[in-house]
This record gives sequence, C-alpha cells and structure tokens, in this order.
Amino acid sequence: VNAQALEAPVRGALAGLLLAMADDEFVLGYWDSEWTGIAPVLEEDVAFASLAQDEIGHAQALYQLLADLEGGDPDELAFGRRPEEYRHARLLDHPRTHWAFSVARRFLYDTADAARLDTLAASAYQPLAGVVAKMRREETYHLLHMHAWVERLATGGDEPRARLTAAMERLWPDALCVLDGIEGDDLLAEAGILAEPMAAVRRRWLAGLAPELARLGLPTPPAATAGACRGPGRGDDFRWLWEQFTMVRRSDPEAVW
Amino acid sequence: VNQVETITDADVWGALAEVPDPEIPAVSVVDLGLVHQVALKDGRLRVELLPTFVGCPALELIRSSVAERLAGMAPVVEVEMTFAAPWTSDRITADGRRKLRESGFAPPGAAAPGDARPLFATIPLRPTATCPWCGSADTTLENLFGPTLCRTLFWCNRCRQPFEQFKAV
Repeated sequence: VNAQALEAPVRGALAGLLLAMADDEFVLGYWDSEWTGIAPVLEEDVAFASLAQDEIGHAQALYQLLADLEGGDPDELAFGRRPEEYRHARLLDHPRTHWAFSVARRFLYDTADAARLDTLAASAYQPLAGVVAKMRREETYHLLHMHAWVERLATGGDEPRARLTAAMERLWPDALCVLDGIEGDDLLAEAGILAEPMAAVRRRWLAGLAPELARLGLPTPPAATAGACRGPGRGDDFRWLWEQFTMVRRSDPEAVW
Repeated sequence: VNQVETITDADVWGALAEVPDPEIPAVSVVDLGLVHQVALKDGRLRVELLPTFVGCPALELIRSSVAERLAGMAPVVEVEMTFAAPWTSDRITADGRRKLRESGFAPPGAAAPGDARPLFATIPLRPTATCPWCGSADTTLENLFGPTLCRTLFWCNRCRQPFEQFKAV
C-alpha cells in the first residue's frame, strides 16, 4: 500500500495507530529508565536500562514513520507536545511504583504488544511491516525476561506473590486499553494494514495468556474496561514524567547538538 | 583517471570490509552482514545498510564511518539505513563468528523466533551459548541484557569466566 494512494479516513486511522504505538513505547521507556541505579539487583539496572533504550528506539522509528506519512519532525512529536496530546494507553500512566508492580505492568504490556506486532507483521503498509519485523525480534527478549520475573514472583513466597497479585488486579482494566482506543481500526483491517480489528487482536492476546495465568494462579482480566483508554485526561504521575522527559528541550527548544 | 569506470563492486565490498563495528571493532560491517545492497551505476554509488537494533545509538556512527570510507570512490556516494529487510543475527558470516569468538564473544545461536510464529510462543526459547574461552557448553545465562542492546551475559561453569553473547535476533 502506497501512502499517497490511501484514502483520507484510512490515512488518518494509520496516523492514529502509529502515534498510539509510538507513545506507548516512548512513555514505557521513560518509566523503565526510572529504575536505573535503584533496581533490586544490579542485573535489573542493566536490564531495565536496556529495555528502556529498546523502547525509546522503537518509538523513534515509529515517530519517523508518522513524520514520513504526515510531515513534521520526529523529535518535535516526541518532545514538543503538551501532556494532554499524548495518546499512550492509560496502563502507562502509572509510575514505576514497586518492583512487582513494574513487572506486572511490563508483562501485561509486552504480551499485549506482542499480539499487536503479530497482527502487523504482514501489514500491507510496507514501511510499518519493515519496522515491526525488527521490533518483533527484539521483543522476544523482553517477553522472555518479564515472563521469567512473573514466574519468579508468583512462585517466590507469600509477599512477592501478594504484591504481584495486587498489582495485576489493579492494572488489568488499564491493560485492556493497550489494544483499544484506535479509531478506524476496522478501516485499517479492510485495507490490510492490520490483519484484523483490535477487538480480535485483544481476544487472541487474552486466549494466549489464559493458560499461563491459570498455571500460576494469577488474576484474570475483567470482561470489559470503562472510561477513555488513551487520554486526553492524564493524572499527576504522567505530568510529572512529562516534566522530566521534556525538561532539557524546554530549557532551550532551539538548541542543536 | 575516470573513477566511474575503474571501480568495481568488489572494490566497494573490499572497502566496506575495512569499516569496523564501533562497539565490537574486531568485526567489520561486512562480517556482521549489515550491508543490504551495493549499487554502482553511472557514477553513483549507493550503499544500503541494515540497522542491527532499532534503538542502537551507534547507527549514525556506522553510517557516517561507511560514508567516510567510500568518499571519493564515485562522484556521488550515498549511504543509507533501511528497514526494507530485517537484519537478523543469522546474517553474521562464518568469518564474523570466528572473529567474535576470538575477541571473547559467543556468536548467537539460530534466530529461532523468525517472523512467522506468534511472539508469545517464543517464550520457552531461552538462549544457550558455548564459552568462547574454553569451548564448554556448560554455561549459565546470567542476564538476557548486557552493556549494549546487542549483548547477553553468560557465565562459564567450567573455566569460571563471565562472557557475552551477541543476541540471537
């Protein structure tokens, strides 16, 4: 599919999808970086710094695709917007909180994102399929890592198990938003840009996860989620993070390296 | 001398083989399989490179090092990164794997996940590595993540040395 040949509504939906995915990866990457230096063990300082770098790299590539489609500058997209203009899923509004909370959030995000990337692997929009092919290969390491931590906390005794369980219960309604809030996803499916609408991706994600949750005795998702999935309303936690990641740019927006 | 007529594809590949990877200088961009295409036509030399990792901070350095090495080989030299094909660690050459081992890096195993299978199904596939120092397969995965995006940390149970493996992606 050639970008110029896309009809306006399909093109608009594609832009929305790219922005949502880029913002998801970008915001998660910045929360990950908040563990640098204070993770429970040195290995996790290294791991979360690396995860953060991967996600921010993915965001950069996706912002570039959006800029190629709609014009504009990837850095401006990443750092030049007001907090209410970001379109990440509200799962990513939470701060890092404690270790089990960060593990639960990342596991739910990574498994949902995996289902989303699966459905984009054969996208008719070739520039996106190319970036997704790379992202999928890197995400295998994220999945493996977070799955190992979920298993470790779930089977690691009363306190880690209780913390993980409480975090998952708290996060499930927001996790459903990762595969929601994309306007025109049915149009994208018709155009072959998505293999299937988001509701089908969500069902596939939950079906894949169900046996693991049952095996580990972890909380299962609610039937549905209420409220806006991708803003514009954001709480103090995301506003605090936004202040952090835009601080350097706001100090001198015209600066060049 | 008319350079357009005197240089060949082989000259270009020879020059590319002299450009080291900035993070693992023992291997070149050719050893790593980063070169997607070399096109030499009508005085225009165009080289397309594949990014190893999307977020690798060395990508621009690799691109500019290649451009610098090729400068002057044709009247117009273009070097670009492309996602047209996914770089996979399976592209590292046999020579590249030997050089990695010699500098203390275990080469990656096969990039098993591939493109076809659902990502969730890749979870049971833990990487394994052979110690580059003593050749033992009795090694333990210490951390999936390491000092750069492309490395994983291992421990050799036989010679009791830590080592790094290039990620299988």
